[in-house]
Amino acid sequence: MASSEGVTATVHRGGQRSAAAILRSQMRNIAPFLTLICLSGFFAIASPSFATLDNLGNILTQVSVTGIIAVGLTFVILCAEIDLSIAAIANVTGIAVAYFTLQESYVNIANVPLPGWAAIMLSLALCALLGLVNALGLTVIGIPSFIMTLAMMQIAAGISALLVRGQIAYKVPDLVTTLGSGSIGGIPWIVIVAAVMLLAGHLVLTYTRFGRYVYMVGGNREAAEYSGLNVKLILGSVMVISAVCSGIAGMLGVAHFGSAQQNEFDTYLLDSIAAVVVGGTSLFGGRGGIGNTIVGLFVLGVLNNGLDHVNIDSFLKILIRGLILLAALVINVYAQRLRARAAE
Amino acid sequence: MPQGRSPILELKEITKAFGGVEALRGVDFALYAGEIHGLVGENGAGKSTLMKIIAGVHPEFSGHFALDGRETRFRSARDAHSAGVAMVHQELSVAPDLSVAENVFLGTQPTNRFGLVQWRRMAREAGEQLARFGIDVDPMTRLGDLPIGLQQLIEIARVLFSGARIIILDEPTSALSPPEVERLFATLRRLRDEGTGIVFISHFIEDILRISDTVTVFRNGRKVHETEAAATSKAALIEAMIGKGREALEETYAHDITLPPRGDRPVVLKADALSLARSVQDVSFEVRAGEVLGIYGFMGCGQLELARVLFGKIKPDSGTVVIDDNRTAFRSTAAARRAGIAFVPESRRAMLFHQEPVYKNISISVLDRISALLLKPSRERSIAARQVEQLQIRPAAVELDLGMLSGGNQQKVALAKWLSYPPRVLVLCEPTRGMDVGAKNDVINIVRELSAKGLAIIVLSTEPETVLSLADRIIVMKRGAVVREFAGEVVSKDRLLEAA
Repeated sequence: MASSEGVTATVHRGGQRSAAAILRSQMRNIAPFLTLICLSGFFAIASPSFATLDNLGNILTQVSVTGIIAVGLTFVILCAEIDLSIAAIANVTGIAVAYFTLQESYVNIANVPLPGWAAIMLSLALCALLGLVNALGLTVIGIPSFIMTLAMMQIAAGISALLVRGQIAYKVPDLVTTLGSGSIGGIPWIVIVAAVMLLAGHLVLTYTRFGRYVYMVGGNREAAEYSGLNVKLILGSVMVISAVCSGIAGMLGVAHFGSAQQNEFDTYLLDSIAAVVVGGTSLFGGRGGIGNTIVGLFVLGVLNNGLDHVNIDSFLKILIRGLILLAALVINVYAQRLRARAAE
Repeated sequence: MPQGRSPILELKEITKAFGGVEALRGVDFALYAGEIHGLVGENGAGKSTLMKIIAGVHPEFSGHFALDGRETRFRSARDAHSAGVAMVHQELSVAPDLSVAENVFLGTQPTNRFGLVQWRRMAREAGEQLARFGIDVDPMTRLGDLPIGLQQLIEIARVLFSGARIIILDEPTSALSPPEVERLFATLRRLRDEGTGIVFISHFIEDILRISDTVTVFRNGRKVHETEAAATSKAALIEAMIGKGREALEETYAHDITLPPRGDRPVVLKADALSLARSVQDVSFEVRAGEVLGIYGFMGCGQLELARVLFGKIKPDSGTVVIDDNRTAFRSTAAARRAGIAFVPESRRAMLFHQEPVYKNISISVLDRISALLLKPSRERSIAARQVEQLQIRPAAVELDLGMLSGGNQQKVALAKWLSYPPRVLVLCEPTRGMDVGAKNDVINIVRELSAKGLAIIVLSTEPETVLSLADRIIVMKRGAVVREFAGEVVSKDRLLEAA
């Protein structure tokens, strides 16, 4: 009988599943962690000011805005989609919350002052709406997410431009100011918010039915559909989640930087994608998670911060970041192949 | 068989094995100029393998291969092409985004001395060639915008007009309408009269008898019969194809089976006048509780599309599916699942998550029943463990990644995911394809048990054995339409083949 053959074959294979095989299948998680340890070690030796408690606080604060955006982006990439509009949506939401807040008299923007809670709700509604447009374009019309969110990047940037018209706004609602630039017991609120959102993202992905669906849709979309899952609903949801996370990051970011203006968040697009991918979440979907994203955030944070501590040409920094990202992508694709081979 | 002439193509003692399994065993084959040679045989009998050897697709084989009396070996399909051998493969292989003219001249576009494509000349010549074939389309139309049958005709035209001396057609008529088949046959006859040697493979034995001069029958990798088409009949060919008596394998279903009389239990699913482009045409049927309905037909007869329509994966152009008297046209697979339809496609890869553990594969379809918001992993594992035990999935370890299981056990997992909360209707495509005898029997027993519990089951297959071993009632599909129903009567493999 075939079943008994199956036993021997698999037990045999199970026996061969040695430490090396396990190591290979876990490559995706191990490699980013090793990268983080190596980078930290290098900078700790190269600069006495790097490995201090103060500097750890700096790094945490520096990665917070990226971290909040990366929560939503992790959901999107786990579904094997991409969102290129994250930075633009962060920017427009930050500008919107300032637009609905009473500015000082010297700010020359024809804005609409509202109570703080209303400004926050309207801004959240705006980013959710933009995410919904992404979702509808992707699922109902069938535009690939790469193109759909590229268009959304322009649309969001356009709304930003229309709201501020080249000016700079400074005031945001008190709650946003506190969460973005205040601190409690020496810990910046923005770090706490990022930590809470990362934790929430992790809990949703690991312990809820929706989280399981995200992994299954990313792992094999066709099989998910043949299992009777509502694939379009799940894809649409992750696009909205991504936009709302970006919006929150945008509001807090504006408070953190102390101003709301055009093109303020441009670098966060690449940083957020890099954090998720460097952390080891598969671009092909279904593998990875918030844990990986946290490691990726630290790799990026240590790299950006550490390069400031060593004496290095500031223009060379950009090139180095690019090379590290490339290396991470190579590992990402390679780990996928190793994992597939281990599963065979 | 024209006597007194030497064949343009002669093969002797051809043997070909794929990984220890012999697909061809000592086959002799000869093709003459000005002859249409029909090939028939069941799936896996060796027809396509032999033709791929002739067309240079399989360069490794043992035996003698002579072209125009000279011993030859093709190392690649390109080699065969330059020697004047061309083949139309079973699967459509066109470039849908290129124009009709570009497809006709694929790889042989006329160029001027600067290497630039002569578009006007190409369009004109393509138009002329297609017109000779009775096809009237603008040569600059995008090919993908044309109906599938026309695309297939254009692919055939490309090969027919390539100037090849030997033309092999593998199942060319499966997507063609009767008038299109007529045009194809007229062209084939003209090419034959001009001296081309043509090999014609088809499941449609009437077509073979009408167009061929000579017919060869394959069975289990051997050539078992060669005759002039005028001297044989459909029944004789079918008998030669499936074999009787000593040569028959343990269960060939060549003997008669008496189907049980139509039950009087309630109708669970009723398909009403379903139509989908050219693949499904006005199909109606009903399935009762505790009944297994077999849907049989050749590859490309539209049954796979029909199955996807039932599960809401493809939206039909017209028609409805009625479940328990609720009229529906499913907008999504999720809606079909909620209405109680379960579906197992013909490809396990399309159904399972190879990098996930067995229990997640089994629980995926029932998660919404066992958890509102939070997952209940221990519940999932116990549900999975119960299914693993009932279906005897081996090894019985729910934590193992699915990819570690053998093919037969994966197929059982694909079934198991639907059984923790039994559906109303179970749609199974090719449930035993590619399985060894043991796993096949396991699956057959599982299906029988489920039907005894009152599920309505639909089994779709291109293998008569599968349908015969499972079904209480059988409908036969041909070119998208239902052509015959067997209920409460005697049926056998040759009767099924005859009807299809």
